[in-house]
Amino acid sequence: MSSNTDFVLSIEDLTVSFDGFKAVDSLNLYVDKNEIRVVIGPNGAGKTTVLDLICGKTRATSGSIRFKGLELTRMSEHQIVRSGVGRKFQNPSIYENLTVFENLEVSYPKGRTVFGALAFKRTAEVIAKVEEIAREIMLEEFLGTEAGLLSHGQKQWLEIGMLLIQDPELLMLDEPVAGMSARERELTGQLLKRICNNRSVLVIEHDMEFVKNIAHKVTVLHQGKILKEGLMEVVQSDPKVIEVYLGH
Amino acid sequence: MDGYSASELANIFAMQAFAGVSLFSVFVLMALGLAIIFGQMGVINMAHGEFLTIGAYSTVMMSILAEKYMPSFLPYYFIFAIVVAFIVAFGIGYLVEFLMIRHLYRRPLDTLLATWGLSLIMQQIFRSAFGAREVSATLPEWLMGSWQPIEGVDIPINGLFVLALTAFLSLAVFIFLFRSRWGLKVRATTQNRLMAGAVGISTPMVDRITFALGCGIAGVAGAAFTTIASTGPTSGSLYIVDTFLVVVFGGAGSLLGTFASAFSIAQAQSVMEFFMSGSMAKVLTLLTVIIILMIRPEGLFSVKVRK
Amino acid sequence: MHVAMDKLFGGREGLVGLAILAAVIFIVMPLTFDIFRLNLVGKYLTYAFVAIGLVLCWGYGGILSLGQGIFFGLGGYCMAMFLKLEASDPESTKIQSTPGIPDFMDWNQLTALPWFWEPFHSLSFSLLAVLAVPCLFAFIISVAMFKRRVGGVYFAIITQAIALILTILIVGQQGYIGGINGITDLRTLKGWDIRTDEAKYVLYFLNGALLIGAILVGRLIITSKLGRLLLAMRDREDRVRFSGYDVSSFKIFVFCVGAMMSAIGGAMFTLQVGFMSPSFIGIVPSIEMVIFTAVGGRMSLIGAVYGALIVNFAKTYFSESFPALWLFLMGGLFIAVVMLFPNGLAGIYSSHIKPKFAAWRARRGAGGGPPLPEVAPPPEPAAPKPAERPAAAAVPRSLAAGIQSEPSR
Repeated sequence: MSSNTDFVLSIEDLTVSFDGFKAVDSLNLYVDKNEIRVVIGPNGAGKTTVLDLICGKTRATSGSIRFKGLELTRMSEHQIVRSGVGRKFQNPSIYENLTVFENLEVSYPKGRTVFGALAFKRTAEVIAKVEEIAREIMLEEFLGTEAGLLSHGQKQWLEIGMLLIQDPELLMLDEPVAGMSARERELTGQLLKRICNNRSVLVIEHDMEFVKNIAHKVTVLHQGKILKEGLMEVVQSDPKVIEVYLGH
Repeated sequence: MDGYSASELANIFAMQAFAGVSLFSVFVLMALGLAIIFGQMGVINMAHGEFLTIGAYSTVMMSILAEKYMPSFLPYYFIFAIVVAFIVAFGIGYLVEFLMIRHLYRRPLDTLLATWGLSLIMQQIFRSAFGAREVSATLPEWLMGSWQPIEGVDIPINGLFVLALTAFLSLAVFIFLFRSRWGLKVRATTQNRLMAGAVGISTPMVDRITFALGCGIAGVAGAAFTTIASTGPTSGSLYIVDTFLVVVFGGAGSLLGTFASAFSIAQAQSVMEFFMSGSMAKVLTLLTVIIILMIRPEGLFSVKVRK
Repeated sequence: MHVAMDKLFGGREGLVGLAILAAVIFIVMPLTFDIFRLNLVGKYLTYAFVAIGLVLCWGYGGILSLGQGIFFGLGGYCMAMFLKLEASDPESTKIQSTPGIPDFMDWNQLTALPWFWEPFHSLSFSLLAVLAVPCLFAFIISVAMFKRRVGGVYFAIITQAIALILTILIVGQQGYIGGINGITDLRTLKGWDIRTDEAKYVLYFLNGALLIGAILVGRLIITSKLGRLLLAMRDREDRVRFSGYDVSSFKIFVFCVGAMMSAIGGAMFTLQVGFMSPSFIGIVPSIEMVIFTAVGGRMSLIGAVYGALIVNFAKTYFSESFPALWLFLMGGLFIAVVMLFPNGLAGIYSSHIKPKFAAWRARRGAGGGPPLPEVAPPPEPAAPKPAERPAAAAVPRSLAAGIQSEPSR
């Protein structure tokens, strides 16, 4: 095994407890460059909590999260984002009252300070970038549409687009295909495969077909700990994993 | 501190502390209602002070009625007045929730403004109905005078009575919220409104009763208030900011916190009043509370939850 | 350049609105009222500064401050302290036991000017303090609160409590700051008598010009990316935070801007009315300032000015003629504006009057009248050609939809 610094993300000995209840329990997780990693596990396994810990929404009780050599556990949320971590929430989290164009523009990584935002101008460069991302997420025809009017699947794509425009090195997606039609799932799968060039993607997903379709490697979480890690086929046939999913 | 002997100082300190206990009682009675409404429903009721005033005026009315028509009843009317104060405030609270508050859930800032408007209207109604001058209830004999546990220390009986009333009411609220079926419904609704509705709890009704109950308790606070001060149209509103600070300082949703914070704020204010002017004591107390809140915004007691 | 101007004035419609307001302030009011009443209008317009600040904080930022009187008062007191020192020269105060200090200090047996009064001998320091003191105060409050993610009703209650504390403090400090009477009997500004009719006219127009300036600054903020971020934050604070923005810094900024605007209003109040007292700081005046904004429309800078004017006119009229009725009306206004007209006058205008007006113009256009440019707003194209989409479009049409939703926590 290579040394830790080769990984984009290395989580070591990570623990978080809420009033004694350990939602994540001495977890170790390593994500490679350009890897699509899917985290699966039954409800309450701590999947979303892991994402919360990485992006700073929840503070770790102990342990370390290193991203490109930076210790994330001590950084504030916006610093983590600026260092190159993007995170999509479980429910589409977009600005429903702004247009698709404005949603993407607000996420454009320029003018992030107070005075930067005051001086920010909609230059040709910004417009080109927004259009490029809109094409990527299949919403180029909806740039002028109010985001609240989009379909559920399109909202999910828009949120992915809002992350893409920041060009993150680590993209974290919490159930990106939940509530999507079969066709939308397929398109989303293709989208994820397209965008994982030059970046790592960490996905939480329940839909096993979808997981099989996109994952390079799968991690199974159970009660805050890793139950099994490896290729989808291997993980799927593991008796412990089957026990956890079907046994209860 | 020259001129006082050590024992005199101790006596003054004890009496001042008891004066703090009276303030503590009013705070707790008012804050109990607010803590239920704010803690359980997230509603800021700026007109809460006016419900205290309603209770106080009801008591005064009862006292006048008793004096006029049934002088023999005078020694006992006060117990009766407490019940009336509760019922009147409860009824008006019920109506207010139905007409106004229920349309504003999930808009807490708007609720705050609308209830402020309500408080202005209620104050003007009091002024028109009872006049701008302060009025007092005739206290029954047994509430007057003082108790001398040791030489040099006078503890007023009315203060003791209010303290007892506070203790009784706090216990009743505790039992209602944590030991009764209704309390269970209230807590279920607070924690998960959708789910509570799904298992057959009528959440609008729970809201209405909760709100009305908070107002009713403020009414009882008003009855208690008449034993220690006279009542004017703005009597209740004078306490509203302090009471909100009590609730927030204690940690919203925590009854224990409300007690602790009411006690510490009332005692701090009352003890400091002995050393400096009343207004500076209040400034210092409130400022301390604000600074602590800035350092610890969740208040004294708070529940850590996994979100 | 054209684009920048367009953005500042809010396009054609914004320019017309601003021109009408300017005409009302600079032409209609001075022609209609004598100097006594005009001075009163000037006083109302000083509240409009607070209302504009609240549009930014509350309407856009979702931060409801019930303590704007704090900043209005601080600004007003900084101005009043300068004027009071000028009015207390040893010559005019020679009958005092200590000449050369403000009269209320002398009455309270103070024999020397307190240290914090000293710098207010300088006009430039005082003018700087008018902005800097409230801004610093707002900065401390908002850093403490927003860095810890305290917002919503907590913020409202805490600002209200601070307003209460400041009032009690000032009332209690009779000797140092004038107590409940405030700082009264102000006379001259660098030798220029502010009590003459001529001075009142000059101050009225200066006030109006500053107000238009404040509106333009407000426009600049809400049409910039910062304005969109504020709206975005109001609705989805977490998404903004996880898009790499330090949410608290934006809230702190807008709260400080609101505070400075209120402070300018307070200073202009002192100059025009000739005194400052704690009765403009406390809970009641502070929450009344919120109603000015609510009546005018919490998302409309110009609406806020009309809101301040109308509510204050009504207040003066009713409290002179039917004092008992006024509180009912005021209370009713709070309830009605929240329950029935959440967007205030501006909302009523854009949902009722504007469509009728547009229809009327369209009819006239069709009836062979002179062709009017841009009869109705052009329908939004499905896909905008961004090159043709000027920066003015930065104020999204969709804002109207955004107003209905109140951020909740």
